[in-house]
Amino acid sequence: MRLATLAALPLTLALASPALADWQATLDAAKGQTVYWNAWGGDDRTNAFIQWVGQETERLYGVKVEQVKLTDTAEAVTRVIAEKAAGQDSGGSVDLIWINGPNFLAMKEQGLLHGPFTADLPNAKYVDLSGAAPAAVDFTVPVEGMESPWRLAKFVFVHDSARVPEPPRTMAAFVDWAAAHPGRMTHPDPSNFMGATFLKQALIELAPDPAVLQQPVTDAAFEATTGPLWAWYDALRPNLWRGGATFPENQSVQQQLLNDGELDIAMSFDPASTAAAIEQGLLPDTARVFVPEGGTIGNVSFVAIPYNAAHAAGAEVVANFLLDPATQAHMQNIEVLGSFSVLDPAKLDDAGRAAFTALPTAPALPQLEDLGPTLLEPHASWMTRLTGEWARRYTK
Amino acid sequence: MSDGRGLRGLVLLIVGTGLLAPILAGLAETAAAAFGHLPALGFDGWSLTAWQALAAEPGLATSLRLTLVTGLGATALSVVLAMGAVAALAGRVPAARGMRALAPFLAVPHAAMAIGLAFLLAPSGWIARGLAPLMGWVLPPGLASVNDPWGLALILGLLVKEVPFLMLVTWSALGQIDAGRQMAAGRALGYAPAAVWAKVLLPQLWPLVRLPVAVALAYALSVVDMAIILGPSNPPVLAVALTRWFFDPDPARILPAAAGALVQAGIVALGLALLWGAERLAHKLGRRWVRAGGRRAFGPGLAAVLVGGLLTLATLALLALAVWSLAWRWSFPQMLPESWSLKFWLASGRWGAALGMTLWLALASAALSVALAILWLEAEDRGQRTRARWAEALIYLPLILPQIAFLYGLNVVALRAGLSGHPGAVIWAQAIFVFPYVMIALTAPWRALDPRLSRAAAALGAGPWRRLIRVKLPMLLRPILTAAAIGVAVSVAQYLPTLFLGAGRVTTLTTEAVTLSSSSDRRVVAVYASLQALVPFVAYALAALLPAWVHRNCRDLAGAVPA
Repeated sequence: MRLATLAALPLTLALASPALADWQATLDAAKGQTVYWNAWGGDDRTNAFIQWVGQETERLYGVKVEQVKLTDTAEAVTRVIAEKAAGQDSGGSVDLIWINGPNFLAMKEQGLLHGPFTADLPNAKYVDLSGAAPAAVDFTVPVEGMESPWRLAKFVFVHDSARVPEPPRTMAAFVDWAAAHPGRMTHPDPSNFMGATFLKQALIELAPDPAVLQQPVTDAAFEATTGPLWAWYDALRPNLWRGGATFPENQSVQQQLLNDGELDIAMSFDPASTAAAIEQGLLPDTARVFVPEGGTIGNVSFVAIPYNAAHAAGAEVVANFLLDPATQAHMQNIEVLGSFSVLDPAKLDDAGRAAFTALPTAPALPQLEDLGPTLLEPHASWMTRLTGEWARRYTK
Repeated sequence: MSDGRGLRGLVLLIVGTGLLAPILAGLAETAAAAFGHLPALGFDGWSLTAWQALAAEPGLATSLRLTLVTGLGATALSVVLAMGAVAALAGRVPAARGMRALAPFLAVPHAAMAIGLAFLLAPSGWIARGLAPLMGWVLPPGLASVNDPWGLALILGLLVKEVPFLMLVTWSALGQIDAGRQMAAGRALGYAPAAVWAKVLLPQLWPLVRLPVAVALAYALSVVDMAIILGPSNPPVLAVALTRWFFDPDPARILPAAAGALVQAGIVALGLALLWGAERLAHKLGRRWVRAGGRRAFGPGLAAVLVGGLLTLATLALLALAVWSLAWRWSFPQMLPESWSLKFWLASGRWGAALGMTLWLALASAALSVALAILWLEAEDRGQRTRARWAEALIYLPLILPQIAFLYGLNVVALRAGLSGHPGAVIWAQAIFVFPYVMIALTAPWRALDPRLSRAAAALGAGPWRRLIRVKLPMLLRPILTAAAIGVAVSVAQYLPTLFLGAGRVTTLTTEAVTLSSSSDRRVVAVYASLQALVPFVAYALAALLPAWVHRNCRDLAGAVPA
């Protein structure tokens, strides 16, 4: 009897804090690993931030980070699929992916992800992972621990206030503005997520019943909901840059066009990016952020680990480091990245809160309250249908 | 061994397993996917699903039309301009000097040239800035001067790269026919120089430049990096669309991509057939034209002026790269930056790794290719054979076949072998394209080497290997290093092989430059593109200077100019 109790003791202890014991095992396994983080490489400050993350994780945990710079996140997804195709079920080349939306849905549905792992990360306690919290739902798809949040994204427009003192106040108003200023605005190609977001932003404002956007798309719903959108777009398109025949590849290219003076309006998924770009000499000092009155789409960027990752333990250590309050505050610093934190302020301790209040400000940096309400992303199936229909209508 | 049978077998084995097998295996994998066989995605057995999916892709017809217009248009214009310019310059400018002046334009990788041209031609670019005060532009004009829906900017970009290449080829072919005396004879009979060119010299030159023209045509029809930067985007040319589909989040798009890759191969075949048809037609019509006996002809002077314009554009494009890499803020319509910065050059932590990887891949693939080329040529010498036509075709195969037709399949093979993502796999894939250029560059000087030197060494008792190492290689040091420098330039310019086989882990100056060309920071792009352009320059400079230093005690070798 006593022997049995004694034998059960370590088991009970382990049960008391399984996550922490596991975490030490993860840290041990991760030591010395190099994590290949596949992340869109079009933004220099993000690239520099990822480099900094690697220096820190190497110093703290002996985990190196190597950024695989993608032109499109889909490249990493394709790579994992190609590896699965070749029967490479372990030792895969992708350890960590900056991901969300349709790419996440595709990988989750095809069983290409490692996890659930998010709840086991010690720093997950600072994040609101309950129910429909932004970090628990990705484009209406439940995350279920298969990806870990790291930065907040909110759709904003950018304008040069010297040339456009009064930007449009609704999506509908863009039609009149463009008619008065032909060729001075556009959106990225909808095959790029920013171009798709521009269409979704308009769809939410123009849809007769926006609630259906939270359900998977059906033919009837698509027909009824997108009708006003295409009418609006047909009115807008002739007055877009280059007559709406060509589109910038992504928002970075569009930002460059704004900087060159070829455009008056650009867009971003990062409210701080304008202030950051001014700081970097990439936008004129007069560039400012604006949002339509009804608010804009917001979502969370995640990191996920492929099922066959060679360095899954190292990838978890990096995902955990990204959620550290000190890391998140550093990330929100306008001089570093300026990306808003995904942590729940209510869950922070005093030291964590102090790190955020100490951050510097800039004239082009909006306050959270200037940005209006955050609109939910439509179900990911809408985006696929929307961009497919756009291509069918306008790619000739 | 003395008749080289063993050596010939070895060379055949290396070429067969190293170059031919991967191409065939890659093609087979691509073809299997194109006909619906992709077990990993649950497509088993044979079907036409991929072709139906391809036919349903929006904008496919436009992509095909753009591909044909830009590829055929650029090549036809390049041939006319290159021939015309050489006709105007030959006899006035010494061949060696002319070819030296063209070399830098050949050395610059396509991506770097495209990025520079985009800086120059964009509505906010240097040309528009120069015109702004005259035209009263406060803002950049709303012109589609790059990424235009007709592909004109892409055609211009291809011209800038192909004209110098074809001029070089034509000029060196001119040395193989007795051009000077035929020109004198023609003029004595009252023919204008341009007429002698068109009626007497061109028919003799064409067979010598036909293959390089075919290579240029195949390249123009399937170019990806330059088309991403300068070409139309909605929809793009076929090769760019295929690259997008191969890397699409929806894996099922690999099927239409694979079918499209076969279409791409078909387009190149069609292009070559048109080239052959044009040749037959010119043969028929030309004979009548020659018999008619007209003494006058249109002026090649115009071609020379246009080529001068193209080379000026190229020079300005490279200059724009350099200026952007040193700028901090440079807004429209300023001709020069308002503020300068060395920040991006000093951040060597950023570009250092890509430069290192680029150099390592270039040196390794060039060294392997030069070694194989030397073995091949030596085996030919020992067998005292001329090259069979199939062997010549084998050398040109990787240059004619569109890369995208077999690189996807090749990567599937590499994945199975566990090689994908390893620099070794990239070196191998690059060497497939480096070797042909090295081989072509080395063949003529190798054959021009006076065989009596070797015979004298043999008479003194030197065996075949000793003759190779002590006599031939030192004599051929300059052309060997030139071939190696060409190999380095070709390797540095490779985009798709690095993209597919590198699995994203192998980043070079080229992959970085193309990726960053869709970013918001011109200054960083300019640093990568400048570096990308510099590496081949340095390689050519070393190839020119090293032999002079090694042979500083041998007067006739130190200054020798290769044939």
